[in-house]
Amino acid sequence: MDQYVIGVIVSNVSGVLSRVSGMFTRRGFNIDSLTVGETESGEFSRMTISFHGDDDIKERILRQLQKLYDVKEVEVLERKDTVIRELLLIKVRNKTESRQDVMTAVEIFRSKIVDYSPTSLTCELTGETSKIDAFIELLKPYGIMEMCRTGIVAIERGDNCLKTK
Amino acid sequence: MKISGAKIVVETLIEQGADTVFGYPGGQVINLFDELYLNSDRIKHVLTAHEQGAAHAADGYARATGKTGVVIATSGPGATNLVTGIATAYLDSVPLVAITGNVPCSLIGRDSFQEVDIVSITMPVTKHNFIVKDITELADTLRTAFRIAKSGRPGPVLVDIPKDVQTAVTEFEPKAAPAIPYPLTLASEEKLRRAAEMINACQRPYIYFGGGIISGKASKELIAFAEKIDAPMGCSLMGLSAVPYDHPKFLGMQGMHGHYASSMAEDEADLVIALGARFSDRATGNKQRFAKNFKIIHIEIDNAEIHKNIPAQLGINGDICDALDRLIEMVDERKNPQWEARIQQLRDEEKLRRERADSIHREKNCESCTAPCDNAGTPAQERLTPYEIIDTISRHADEDAVVVTDVGQHQMWTAQRYPLKKPRTFLTSGGLGTMGYGLGAAIGASAAVGKQTILFTGDGSFGMNLNELATAVSRNTPVVIVIMNNGVLGMVRQWQTLFFEKHYSNTTLNRSTDFVKLAEAFGAQGARCSTVGELEAAAEKAFSLKKPFVIDCIIDCDEFVLPMLPPGGSIDNIITEIK
Repeated sequence: MDQYVIGVIVSNVSGVLSRVSGMFTRRGFNIDSLTVGETESGEFSRMTISFHGDDDIKERILRQLQKLYDVKEVEVLERKDTVIRELLLIKVRNKTESRQDVMTAVEIFRSKIVDYSPTSLTCELTGETSKIDAFIELLKPYGIMEMCRTGIVAIERGDNCLKTK
Repeated sequence: MKISGAKIVVETLIEQGADTVFGYPGGQVINLFDELYLNSDRIKHVLTAHEQGAAHAADGYARATGKTGVVIATSGPGATNLVTGIATAYLDSVPLVAITGNVPCSLIGRDSFQEVDIVSITMPVTKHNFIVKDITELADTLRTAFRIAKSGRPGPVLVDIPKDVQTAVTEFEPKAAPAIPYPLTLASEEKLRRAAEMINACQRPYIYFGGGIISGKASKELIAFAEKIDAPMGCSLMGLSAVPYDHPKFLGMQGMHGHYASSMAEDEADLVIALGARFSDRATGNKQRFAKNFKIIHIEIDNAEIHKNIPAQLGINGDICDALDRLIEMVDERKNPQWEARIQQLRDEEKLRRERADSIHREKNCESCTAPCDNAGTPAQERLTPYEIIDTISRHADEDAVVVTDVGQHQMWTAQRYPLKKPRTFLTSGGLGTMGYGLGAAIGASAAVGKQTILFTGDGSFGMNLNELATAVSRNTPVVIVIMNNGVLGMVRQWQTLFFEKHYSNTTLNRSTDFVKLAEAFGAQGARCSTVGELEAAAEKAFSLKKPFVIDCIIDCDEFVLPMLPPGGSIDNIITEIK
């Protein structure tokens, strides 16, 4: 089972997220991560969807997506040609004995502290999924109070663009 | 000129070629029905007994003509009653536009009276759907709905219109419906060339076609193609009527209850050319075993169907009529005498196996039988068999009569036996298998083409939506309703006999419904038949009346649909007789 990342351009209309996610549920495909946001044109949104599967499942997902009326463009983003990023916000306990360790981790991972209170520290980190996972693992011993991550967004390197024709 | 949303709907329907629509009024579509009233000289509305019947009627209209069917219902329960009909159309690729009213925009999301989110409910069973909240988008949304319903692989589209959008007014600009409302996807030349090479190189070609031949208007091309490469043809349930039943290259339906010769020929082929079909599990049986012996070329308008159920060595996405037209030019004309001889052997064997199954059934001692069918007074040799019923009815019917079925054993018998001659004369719920589909569909088909219509149904299926008899009577629909009445839910009973040690759980009806009196209560006529002689007389009368007529045919509850590939099984375990 490989992990695939696909970029999808969809009409920016209400219900489009249901249509796309509903197709995955209905056909028995699993989504690892799905993000959606506006594009440079107000007419279209862009989704980045990642999922596990074999080549056959990937092909079926692509073809089913292409069938949806609101889906304008679908493309598999090859890892080696793609910049993949995820954003993490994570809140850990601010304790005298561990503060310096957390600060060091923040520095090494090029994270940023975005909120500081006497009892908590909130850090922001962007990177590939593996980097985010490693950072979370590192902070676990210091007491994670809460966290949220965005799921991945991805864009091709170079001049290649996923655009509606 | 500014006109109301309700009027825009009616004007757009007329503009898109809808001459007859089906539906049921209600609180949130009163405005729309007012416009239908005012425009009744330009567009006909058929009132049914239930919204489900209206949806099936619009479906029957579409299947019988190839035009887009239109059904109108009110919000809430009106809309949810359409769902089975919409899903039926979706699974069988029938172009349908469903229009529902909804509560005014300001009341949406508040669980208002008769409010339901029909757009979310129908998302998985429509090609696409819309809710129109801005009246300026109404006309173009409806036009788009018609375009989506008919383009590529056809299917249903739903448009939900809140009441305040129906009452609002805006400028309306009439537009002519485009002659071809969509761009055709055309098959790649290079792939067609590869297909021709594979066909020219193969020894034993077999053509498996589906409903795509009918919706793609490719019957003529299919026959020319089969004749040029001298290939036998079999089809899915949806493909029936695309090719005349007696065409020398046609072996009939294949699959779970298909003809022995077609299923066997496919298995012995070295190349299967699949045309406008989707390799449904009912047509293929066990997927691992199915394509063990042959390569596949799959030509299909819906790209998502290629490799979906069965992987093909060569998948070609494009319009079937155009693809066949071009492919015919590329393939060598040939004869396959050895293959043809083998096909003839299979046909002969099919006949022998059929005769053996019949004789086993005929020898059964019914006198001491306590089965729930209503045959007691009729001597065993005189009892009606399903094939006799179909043969007798078809002898009395016009050649271009529209044949409609419900779902179950009677459906398979009709699919196997009825001598279908022309495309769009066989209407059946194939993909969804909707019991209760038939009567509504028959009314819709009759309203569309005005020809003789025959509904084959069972006592189970007929019980589901027999309220539409009221519609048939009110419209004087010339429909002959043939009930194969065995007192049981026969198809499930057959499975219980074969796979559940004859545990007849909830399949014995014990109803004592008198279908003749029932027909009379609705204002129709009917006759009950237990023998061929009685059926002859009833058919004579039924077809001469040109009114709804119910023929209640008593058959044995242990008539089986044969052959049968057991569920999940394959051609290796084909059952051709049951002792």
